[in-house]
Amino acid sequence: MKVFRDFWSWISTRSNWSGSDGIPQRLSEHIQYTLLALALAAAIGITLGLVTGHSRRGGLLVTGLSNAARALPTLGILYVLAAYKPFETTPVILVLAALALPPILVNTYTGVLQADQDAVDAARGMGMRPLQVLFKVEFPSALPLIWLGLRLAAFQVVSTATVAAYVALGGLGNFIRNGLATRDYPQVIGGAVVTVMLALLTLMIFTAGARLTVSPGIRARTR
Amino acid sequence: MDWAWVADHLDLIWRQTGRNAYLGLLAVAIGLLVSLPLGVACARFRWLYAPISAVATALYAVPSLAFFVVLLDYTGLRDRTIVIPLTVYTLSILVPAVVDGLSNVPENVRQSATAMGFAPTRRLLTVELPIAVPVVIAGLRVATVSSLSLVSIGSLLGDNFGGLGYFFTQGFQLPFPTEIWVGIVAVVTLALVADLVLVMVGRLLTPWIRRRKRRRITLLRRAKAGTAGT
Repeated sequence: MKVFRDFWSWISTRSNWSGSDGIPQRLSEHIQYTLLALALAAAIGITLGLVTGHSRRGGLLVTGLSNAARALPTLGILYVLAAYKPFETTPVILVLAALALPPILVNTYTGVLQADQDAVDAARGMGMRPLQVLFKVEFPSALPLIWLGLRLAAFQVVSTATVAAYVALGGLGNFIRNGLATRDYPQVIGGAVVTVMLALLTLMIFTAGARLTVSPGIRARTR
Repeated sequence: MDWAWVADHLDLIWRQTGRNAYLGLLAVAIGLLVSLPLGVACARFRWLYAPISAVATALYAVPSLAFFVVLLDYTGLRDRTIVIPLTVYTLSILVPAVVDGLSNVPENVRQSATAMGFAPTRRLLTVELPIAVPVVIAGLRVATVSSLSLVSIGSLLGDNFGGLGYFFTQGFQLPFPTEIWVGIVAVVTLALVADLVLVMVGRLLTPWIRRRKRRRITLLRRAKAGTAGT
């Protein structure tokens, strides 16, 4: 197939692997944006999700926020932020974090809500304080869903981080943008395929993370 | 904000909103038409589900712009260049929604339908799919909102192929932030209106859910008043 041939000719060209527009440089920019955005979204999403889930209040806020965030057009938000702060990475990080927030927030909230109520009651009966209940019972039970949310978010951020190229900030999208501008389709396909591979690798990393940290008892129950 | 510009360009805003709605909703409609049979097949033959969802997931990771550009070779610059990728993206949301909806059907309901003499096809159409409606609608809402907001990336290919995204590229190149803001507000409004319509369609399609809730409330009220069971 032409797509595979194009990809191979691009990826096997030695000059594509070095310099400020080489694959390693663009890949590292891409990963950097992804990690920063994900960290920001996780800090906000998990905190808000734990608070709203534990107090069982603000469910409307959670769903409303995440619905509205999904409707935000990434390109438009990026352009508008870049109009005020050109050539800075902050707009890119904010846009990607906005994209990552809904799945993390909703999953954390649902995970805490769905924690086994008998276990929560038992923990209270043993004399645990509310914060202990949250971190020793509710959080571990919510962990599989939280990992799932993080995985969805990371996956989407990796494939959307390509928009960074549109405000001249590089990343793997730079190959797509340059290729389109110069009608160099192998370059477009090369950038796209590397992005897809990075996204699939992200899925695997987060699946492994979930396997390593979810308590065996809970894993057995969800299976 | 330059309100005079907005007032002068209401026509254009309206026209691009229409384009945006057309491209995005067409993709969701085709996506649903493809996902229903695929989802039904996956629910019946479980072994199909893993490979189909793996392919849908991998395709979902393809950046939209690259997807559009790759298609240019085959389709040229036409509506379908935008609609095909958006349709493919909806599959990774809609196929799981159909499968989940169908697996939510209680086993006793399925058995009762069979015992009442419903053949498999009739059971699927009149019992199982209606029960799956809430889950499918939930998936449709996500797919619709993200499709409508993704259309705008098409504006990087040509002025007539990104719906409201036209205002993003124009506003960024000039630069004229008002135009970008107009685009954002219009996209979000369009998406929320579509979302609201889907919620209402879902309610109309599943009248029994609200009836059941209302009955539960009346029972509760009676229980509180000490007249339960009468």
